[in-house]
Amino acid sequence: MNSDIFNIALLASLFIFFSPKRWLYYPTTAFSLIVAAITTFWAVRAFVNTEPEIIRFATIFDYKLNFIVDQLSAFFIITINFTVLTALVYSKGYLKPYYPKKNKTETALHYFSFFWLQVSMLAVVMLRNAFGFMIFWEIMSLSSFILVIFESEKRETIKTGLSYLIQMHIGFVFILSAFLISYSGEGTEFGFDALERYFTEYQPILIFVLFFIGFGTKAGFIPFHSWLPHAHPAAPSHVSGIMSGVMIKMGIYGILRVLTYIHYQLEVIGIILLTFSIFSAVFGILTASFQHDYKKLLAYCSIENIGIIGIGISIGVIGMAYNLPILANLGFAGGLLHILNHSLFKSLLFFASGNVYSQTHTRNIELLGGLGKKMPFTAGIFLVGALAISGLPPFNGFISEFLMYSGLFQSLQSADITSVTFILIVFTTLALIGGLSIFSFTKLYGVIFSGHPRSEAVDDAKETGWVMRIPLLVITIVILLIGLAPSIFLYPLSQIVAQFTGSNSYIVETRPILNQISLTSGIFIVFAGILWFLRSLYFKKQAPLTGPTWGCGYTGADPATHQYTSSSWSSAMSSISYHFVNKKKNYRSIPGDEIFPAPRSFVSKTTDIIEEYIIKRPVRKLMLGLEKSAVFQTGKIQHYLLYALLFMIIICIIGILNII
Amino acid sequence: MKFIPILLIIISALYIPGIISMVKAKTGGRKMPSLFQPIYDVVKLFRKNTIYSRLTGFVFKIAPIVYFSSVLTCLLVIPFGEFGGILSFKGDFIVFSYLLALGKFMMILAAMDTGSSFEGMGANREALYSWLVEPAFFILMGSTALFTDITSFEELFGMLHQKSSLAFSVNIAAIFILFFIAMTENSRMPVDDPKTHLELTMVHEVMILDNSGFDLALYQMASWLKFSIYGTFISNLLINPGLPIYIQVLWFFSILLLYSVVIGILESFSARNKMAKNTQWIINLMAVAVIVFLISMMITEKLILN
Repeated sequence: MNSDIFNIALLASLFIFFSPKRWLYYPTTAFSLIVAAITTFWAVRAFVNTEPEIIRFATIFDYKLNFIVDQLSAFFIITINFTVLTALVYSKGYLKPYYPKKNKTETALHYFSFFWLQVSMLAVVMLRNAFGFMIFWEIMSLSSFILVIFESEKRETIKTGLSYLIQMHIGFVFILSAFLISYSGEGTEFGFDALERYFTEYQPILIFVLFFIGFGTKAGFIPFHSWLPHAHPAAPSHVSGIMSGVMIKMGIYGILRVLTYIHYQLEVIGIILLTFSIFSAVFGILTASFQHDYKKLLAYCSIENIGIIGIGISIGVIGMAYNLPILANLGFAGGLLHILNHSLFKSLLFFASGNVYSQTHTRNIELLGGLGKKMPFTAGIFLVGALAISGLPPFNGFISEFLMYSGLFQSLQSADITSVTFILIVFTTLALIGGLSIFSFTKLYGVIFSGHPRSEAVDDAKETGWVMRIPLLVITIVILLIGLAPSIFLYPLSQIVAQFTGSNSYIVETRPILNQISLTSGIFIVFAGILWFLRSLYFKKQAPLTGPTWGCGYTGADPATHQYTSSSWSSAMSSISYHFVNKKKNYRSIPGDEIFPAPRSFVSKTTDIIEEYIIKRPVRKLMLGLEKSAVFQTGKIQHYLLYALLFMIIICIIGILNII
Repeated sequence: MKFIPILLIIISALYIPGIISMVKAKTGGRKMPSLFQPIYDVVKLFRKNTIYSRLTGFVFKIAPIVYFSSVLTCLLVIPFGEFGGILSFKGDFIVFSYLLALGKFMMILAAMDTGSSFEGMGANREALYSWLVEPAFFILMGSTALFTDITSFEELFGMLHQKSSLAFSVNIAAIFILFFIAMTENSRMPVDDPKTHLELTMVHEVMILDNSGFDLALYQMASWLKFSIYGTFISNLLINPGLPIYIQVLWFFSILLLYSVVIGILESFSARNKMAKNTQWIINLMAVAVIVFLISMMITEKLILN
């Protein structure tokens, strides 16, 4: 097979620049649909034929670049296409207010990058050759950079974008060096396929760590995450949805792809992965619970979910290392399903928060409130997303967490003491994360949508148009489908898991359990329906009354200022986790001799301690040292000649003494 | 036969709150109310009008329904002795725990929906405490899962009785944990005082301040059922499933009677924790659960001490 239509679509994408500004959306959609249709076709074929599809793509410098679509790639292809297409529809509504502000080239560049982000992500999951892989990996970083800096008139956005670009290239170097080392060790191939033979001769640890740092930077594992909480809020909402929903998963894809080649020393690799994952998950959600910017909260929550995915994968690896097939199977299954689930509810939440932003123009939740009445559709959708991301039944997040839990608990009996300890740590962590996400998302939903408006930013808000609602509805339907009928997704999932573990019989055994869960959810919904019906009968007899909220008999208090706020909500948490959040209060106390106190202000904020202590402070120290070294830069030519002379003398001495 | 557990739970849910208030009245030197006083109260609530705050929206309306139906659905997975729940499958306790969390999520949002600072405060505390109590339950279930590779409620409890007498020591700690999880989940004494009259110091009661009529009745009944569910767990740890059925049922009712008397006495003679101390206190439960886990590891000879 070849990829002619795919290639033509890539070339034709230049046409986007020549179409009139008002119609820019349509050629992009057309190309995007063509690419999505072809790749989805390949993906479906890979699942049906259960063997990899090989497609000729291009030849660069005599290197034949082939697309190889196996089940793992196919899974990612479907996830990417679904999220990108929903985001594309959503962008039509979201970008409308920006059209008068932006000129034609800017808008065209945005759509062009959008299309190429989709293409590059698809190519990344299909290419095995390192040349092609790295080229498209780079295109992915560049196109997403352009998408992030869409609102480039803001200084902050440009700064964030550059920081993102730099960090992506640091990751790039790590991935490239891993490829080069495996190439130099093995000698004939340059790419993932070289790893198979390389690992038969050399230890996998070094290569894995290099890949992990490189891919982990993309995925946002702590401590390589520091671009993520800044880039997601800066980008327009449809881009944040794609970046958080699927682009960071490309890092996970890379790690998974490398893992398919590793067959021994799995124990150490599992432990490395588990440590970083647990840390990312706990720290991510803990930091999220302190955020007042809803997009930043969602960004930290992405770090948490990357952690959960990592936990699933690493317990899979540990299960393989300790010969616990149930743990291996269900761990991988849970991790993989969570990739899909997170892409769904995270893009849903970003789009819904985009709706809020388009109406209120603020990202500060302390200025919001009471939006549930003005935007009931968005509120409902956001509620679904919040419930799903907290891992509650009957939504999809529960299913992936259930698979992990179920693997963990079923392996307890046959595990030895080391693996039992891991299992104990993992399920305790999962339970803690679950509770923390409930804490964070009740705050997020409660402060944005419930109660009384906190500022006039909310006053003019009204429900958004249909273009910004339909994609949300589609995602919600898929979320409910996975949540209510998970067993239909089990067969494709088991095929992917077999790529790692070699067998998938345990996943097939899970089908009746998942059916029971569907039944339980069904009964729950029926109960709720019956109760609703009974209550409406009751209300017909005794119509409900309305009144003010209970305020101890005093109704004069202004609910706008007396409500619980985001800060007060998280202060309960900071009392037990202050070591991890670095809460700073900015307040000048009133001295005793100040008889008429001057106006005062109080600001409290929390910082990301990892970013602060591991990245910002060392860099600041380094800069101080480097600034001191600036004394050598005098600007006088005589001094520079002196330096050159000194350098030559040193070289001579080193040469004479045979040091190097 | 599958309906036996559910029947027993519902019957005991009807008398537990009555007995608790009777014991509390007796120890407080007051005249004892009727055993059915809580039921009369709920019946009265059903006759009353429901009042909604002007600030509230759809979340406030669906929350009581979701909360009550989550508890009702949970009833289906609870086993009694050798009688499994109507739904019994591997990992049903995970569904149980997360369904209760779903109900709580909606209750918290409903409290936020009223725009009252009191209710926000209660919601905040509830969110914090239920976050902390969840791991204890999972570790406890994990330690019973060490004995068996089949991880449904039914098998977990059944297995404990077939193991050595050492398992009995696990039981005592497990009962302690389950008892206090029940108290925390229902917002009772050491964590929260249901009889307090100051909104600032309430947890659960303040969250449902704006609920009335039908909705309030649902919350009350859900709370009874929750008490009864945890009581059933405790009785499952104690009752030997080998006994004839009528003796088991007899044991069940006496254990639940004792359970409610203990709750009543505890509530009469203990003071509530300081709010700031609650978090520590709940984390203690988790620590006890870890000890249970370690002992279970020793019993199953995974951890061998020389």
